[in-house]
Amino acid sequence: MISFNPTEEQQMIVSMAKQFANDEMRRMYRQCDENGTIPEGVIDTAWKMGLTSGSIPEAYGGPGGERSAITGSLIAEELAWGDLSMTMHALCPALFAYPILEMGTDAQRKKYLPLFCGEKYKAATAALIEPRFGFDPYSLSTAARLDGNEYVLNGEKCYVPLAAEADLLLVYAAENGASRAFVVEKGTHGLEIGERERNMGIKALATYEMTLRNCRVPKENRLGGEKGYDFNRVMNCSRVALSAMAVGVAKAAMEYSRDYAKERVAFGEPIGSRQAVAFMLAEMAIEIDATRLMTWEAAWGLDRKEDATKEAALAKAYADDMVLMVTDRAVQILGGHGYVREHPVELWLRNGRGFATFDGMAIV
Amino acid sequence: MIDFEPTQEQNEAIDIAHKFAEELFRPASRYYDEHEHESPRELIDKTWGERNKGTLALGLDVTACLRIEELCWGDAGLFLCVPGPGLGGAAIFASGTKEQLSRFLGNFNEGDPKWGAMAMTEPGCGSDTSAITATATRDGAEWVLNGEKIFVTWGKRAAENPGGLVVVWATVDKSAGRAGMKSFVVPAGTPGMRVEKLEKKLGIKASDTATLIFDNCRIPFENILGNPEVKKVDKGETKGFKGAMATFDATRPVVAAMAIGVGRAALDFIKGTLDRQGIRIRYGVPKQKLTALERDVMEMEANYKAARLLTLRALWMMSQLQPNNLEASMAKAKAGLAVTKITQKAVEIMGPLGYSRKYLLEKWMRDAKINDIFEGTGQINMLIVARRVLDYSRDQLK
Repeated sequence: MISFNPTEEQQMIVSMAKQFANDEMRRMYRQCDENGTIPEGVIDTAWKMGLTSGSIPEAYGGPGGERSAITGSLIAEELAWGDLSMTMHALCPALFAYPILEMGTDAQRKKYLPLFCGEKYKAATAALIEPRFGFDPYSLSTAARLDGNEYVLNGEKCYVPLAAEADLLLVYAAENGASRAFVVEKGTHGLEIGERERNMGIKALATYEMTLRNCRVPKENRLGGEKGYDFNRVMNCSRVALSAMAVGVAKAAMEYSRDYAKERVAFGEPIGSRQAVAFMLAEMAIEIDATRLMTWEAAWGLDRKEDATKEAALAKAYADDMVLMVTDRAVQILGGHGYVREHPVELWLRNGRGFATFDGMAIV
Repeated sequence: MIDFEPTQEQNEAIDIAHKFAEELFRPASRYYDEHEHESPRELIDKTWGERNKGTLALGLDVTACLRIEELCWGDAGLFLCVPGPGLGGAAIFASGTKEQLSRFLGNFNEGDPKWGAMAMTEPGCGSDTSAITATATRDGAEWVLNGEKIFVTWGKRAAENPGGLVVVWATVDKSAGRAGMKSFVVPAGTPGMRVEKLEKKLGIKASDTATLIFDNCRIPFENILGNPEVKKVDKGETKGFKGAMATFDATRPVVAAMAIGVGRAALDFIKGTLDRQGIRIRYGVPKQKLTALERDVMEMEANYKAARLLTLRALWMMSQLQPNNLEASMAKAKAGLAVTKITQKAVEIMGPLGYSRKYLLEKWMRDAKINDIFEGTGQINMLIVARRVLDYSRDQLK
């Protein structure tokens, strides 16, 4: 039956995430952006909330909660409202763990999942994006070639979050034209982690360029083994995660500029009492809600194990445009004050601009 | 639980409504567009029959709106000919007593086709509904109505066909401002109420949009909806007006549902044409690899989805008895604008096929536009959303 009510359990998780975003992330996000670092403490706190490990089955040492893209979107929105860099950092291990959980072979699940059930944050990541014009996740330049009992990986990657500290990487590469994924462990010969990247936004999140030079991994490291896996589903889970985060960032910007518009007086009245400003805020609010609902619909399809490609792709494209429109207007409403780093809206605009680029950098 | 699956009953309702849209509405579409003010007799009788069987019941719930989307996919103008209590019913539903509900609507579905209408707009005021000048004067056991109402959807059918009704907004005390604004039920055929003219319009031509004149029109005292007392309190307290606004909270999502029906008609036409040309829309392909056509179609689809989901949410909230003033206006503002743009883009994309009256696309573009205007223009709905977002009163945000 059509309903827009999260379950009680979801409401509980959401309020926990909201509190964390408000109390912890909002306290330090500006400093993190300026310094380019995130204190370990805050990531550990997020880890202890079970955001990644929560849905790992008991058999692998996890609490065995239900894995749900809807729940994941609800959490992602709240966290991203707090700060996008910290959110992507905190949820980064899922880039490795979730595909293994859902599509890995028994042996892969047994080997890797227990590593994500410990007390301490387990750094792991995935490498999808490639540094070239016309990048297409369905047509990767990074290549995998079978040679005896090993796969040989060659190619270049970029925007690999936490690549330097990750113990485990899921590297996406083309094998006979299809996008496959391979587990590459830290220190594998031929895996070269490059310089930390310097980006327009998400400055607190450490991302890296990466080169694979005749990097050899055992044959059984191919995600899903012989039978492979559903790459499209991974992409859709990523689209949903990013759309939800875009909603969170946009909401932060809308709220801040709304409050500013009520306080800032020009010509004897708060600027919010002028339609030119008020209508911008109205449109921002409408598009935020619309994107959230589209994200939920796509997540709902994924939870029903449907091919939600159309819904997820439409939601993501819509979210990319929406978050840019909303964060840009937030800067505009603050005028000159929006352009200076004393206010957060310029940070949200920089972060918001990234969503069109971030495919594959988050997952629900 | 967040869920987007209609119930089995709702799916059946959708199927039945779609069949009607396809078999009864679409074949008559062009004829009634070109023969403005002619009444689609067969369609009226058939839908009236189905309505009484419950198969086409149109109300204010989620199921009704799923039906409305389908019927307006068929034809929005013809949909506005389908008999029923309509906006008049919605007004009674929103601010009438239980006794009034049963008196005015209890037997509505019996006998011959009947229509209900709501008369609000006047020559001198549209969106500013608090500025209405029509008057209601108490005279013993009766109210005497005087004034002119324009753009009354279903106006002629509701005012002239026996058993119909028109809900008229009038002031009982001009000096009381909004608090003096009340609504009155005028039964069809009441002396003193007459149809002055029918509008000739850009679209939804099958719909009878009428000017009604009230000239010493007398109705029983108990036909006033809500409280007859005029509470003269501070400006913020505007009870009578709130009745009108509560009506809009219920009817705006319905108009949004109509809008998305028209939008989907245009989308389906485009997709069908592309399909026959062997053009496939590649969802999930990176933006820089998409054709301009694919981008356009995806944007239209995304906007359709956005409008539809906002509409469903507003309706769902109403069914949960949650206040939905903000969400109703969000849905209406988005849907009205979205389908205006979707249908205009569709005409552009189809080129000569879009502009020609040989096909229905150009008609849908004309039909779609009304959704951005009636039940509150896009701008009025944006104003309402803005006030809610900023938590401003109407004095703080004009």
